[in-house]
Amino acid sequence: MNRPNPITKKLVASFVLLVVVGIALMFVASEYTAYQVTTALAYGIAILGLNILTGYNGQFSIGHSAFFAAGAYVTAILITFAGWHPYATLPVAAAVTFCMGFLFGFPALRLEGLYLALATFALAVATPQILKVDALEHWTGGVQGLFFDKPDPIFAGLSVDHSLYLVTWIVFAVLMAGAWMLLHSRSGRAIMAIRDNPIAASTMGINLALYKTTTFGVSAMLAGIGGAFFALANSFVSPDTFNFFIAVYLLVGSVVGGIISIPGALLGGLFYVFGQEYAEEFSNLSEVIPPPWVTFGILLILMMYFAPFGIWGAIGRGWARLKR
Amino acid sequence: MSLKRVLLTAAAIVGLAAGPALADSTGITKTSIKIGNTNPYSGPASAYSAIGKTITAYMNMLNRQGGINGRTIDFISLDDGYSPPRTVQQARKLVEQEKVAFLFQTLGTPTNSAIHKYMNQKKVPHLFVATGASKWGKPKDFPWTMGFQPTYDVEGEIYAKYVLENVKDPKIAILFQNDDYGKDYRDGFLKGLGDKKNLVVSMLPYEVTDPTVDSQILAMKDSGANVFFNITIPKFAAQAIRKSCEIGWKPLHLLNNVSSSVGSVLKPAGLECSKDIITAQYQKDPTDPQWKSTAGYKEWAAFMDAELPDADRSDINYAYGYNASKLLHHTLENCKDMTRAGIMGCAANIQGLQLPMVLPGITVNTSPTDFYPIQAEQLSKFDGAKWVLFGNIIDASK
Repeated sequence: MNRPNPITKKLVASFVLLVVVGIALMFVASEYTAYQVTTALAYGIAILGLNILTGYNGQFSIGHSAFFAAGAYVTAILITFAGWHPYATLPVAAAVTFCMGFLFGFPALRLEGLYLALATFALAVATPQILKVDALEHWTGGVQGLFFDKPDPIFAGLSVDHSLYLVTWIVFAVLMAGAWMLLHSRSGRAIMAIRDNPIAASTMGINLALYKTTTFGVSAMLAGIGGAFFALANSFVSPDTFNFFIAVYLLVGSVVGGIISIPGALLGGLFYVFGQEYAEEFSNLSEVIPPPWVTFGILLILMMYFAPFGIWGAIGRGWARLKR
Repeated sequence: MSLKRVLLTAAAIVGLAAGPALADSTGITKTSIKIGNTNPYSGPASAYSAIGKTITAYMNMLNRQGGINGRTIDFISLDDGYSPPRTVQQARKLVEQEKVAFLFQTLGTPTNSAIHKYMNQKKVPHLFVATGASKWGKPKDFPWTMGFQPTYDVEGEIYAKYVLENVKDPKIAILFQNDDYGKDYRDGFLKGLGDKKNLVVSMLPYEVTDPTVDSQILAMKDSGANVFFNITIPKFAAQAIRKSCEIGWKPLHLLNNVSSSVGSVLKPAGLECSKDIITAQYQKDPTDPQWKSTAGYKEWAAFMDAELPDADRSDINYAYGYNASKLLHHTLENCKDMTRAGIMGCAANIQGLQLPMVLPGITVNTSPTDFYPIQAEQLSKFDGAKWVLFGNIIDASK
């Protein structure tokens, strides 16, 4: 059977354009902005993982903060205690969180929908407490967490923050491309078939257990890589950084960006960081404007009302309408 | 290359490297100075936001009077919710985006811990931080960070000595916040007990993210303790006082100074329940009538009338904020070298400064090797309406 090649010239061109624009932005961004965008990209990578899991595979997780934290701590511990080069820790963070996710995927097999959400919720709530356990304190730094230095610039003349931004952006682009290819492959179709109708999928010969656990693993791995970059950007990790709220915000970012999309992850990450920031500034403008969280909440409700498929969904619709 | 040339080159490189660092006057112009601050305007420690409000009000007042030496103060105080990662973001925003000259009175031990290294790497003064952990006074390792109030470990030691001298057959329960703040107090207390550490029958932590400390209080009552050392921030201090009162547990209650505010801790907990609590103080408690006739109190009261007329004056945090503002005002007013390094030098060169709302006889003293501005305290007991000082001033620097 011959399928049309999904990699069109237009698609490649827009991807290359996006990557170039991202790199070009580095030259106009201040150090602080570069740091903010790096943080947004770190969340974006985790949101990408969530999109694959929830948007494409139909498994719910409100516990991705646990994998995010695990990735961050693996990086922090290897830098602090083993003196590793910061970027060398990334594959380890990815491997560790993939294994965690894969293993967590097994009990998740027996749980559907709400029950899975609850199980992941427990994971998210337990994470800060586990990181504070006295027995681990030597490694995790206990409540105070770990402090370390940011990675040196990858080439001279670049500031620390710009360099980290560049690396994060390139990794993000590679992961986006990787996710796209995964989802447009045989495996991708299997992943989506499981979401749409698991019984039919298994009748077609898809190994449900294998696909579901692996998807969970991949998703956790992306969250872990995101967490590792988050740790590098802040050069600091502490248990309460990774509270349950992170998991909720990741989900919010995912839905706002567009949960069944890949570029939505980028938009979700940006919304996560800048949405809060602008809500705060907006609230400070005048006494009459409600406090930041209320503004943020209203913004979210409006979003859900006018763009239920997220920003990327809205863009897609707008584009389709224009072409008509 | 000859030795001379090597030396000359080396000197030139050192000169180049040191040159811009010495002249770093970011945030300072002839007519203005930009100062950054983080405060918990939201979250579990929001009772301390009175401090941020007081400093902001003080800076506004200064600006109306023409600023400090002709420089108006651009004071930017951001909310960090007492959450360390948020503090990192806000500190970076202040230093890199707002380009402040320095940070002043950033509040909280866990929060300041998160930016301690960053501030010193950036060589931005991290002045008079609003916490009493002992780690803020280490000029050798952290030359850009300076403390403000007496350290927690010394205060803990004072309580331990009091217990040993005044309580017959003490059985001690300790409730502490699980971070460097709580541990500093706890370890100072244990040090003060010396070889009598076995007197501690119950030692329980709480997390700042916990909703209440009720279960800890119940467990402590059951341990049979007759002395209770309460190492908590205002929200939890009020809960602990109220709960122990409700369940009829009446130990000798030692309350750490950082929660000694009548307005924001004892009133919400219930004044009757708070009777006979002991704390250590270095400031004039606004509820103590003996200060009302002193010049310092009058100055503070006039400031409060003009700038914060609606504030609850029984909250000592308003006095704290005023003292800290005064100390900064004094430092900048007498500073010739208005650069980052210069201001740090001026802060480390203060002798015998009496702040208006600090106990008479307790003065601010700093030097290039002494980054602990205030180091003396006196015990005080709550009589149901006000704090009553007793005993002598205990000076840790002597």
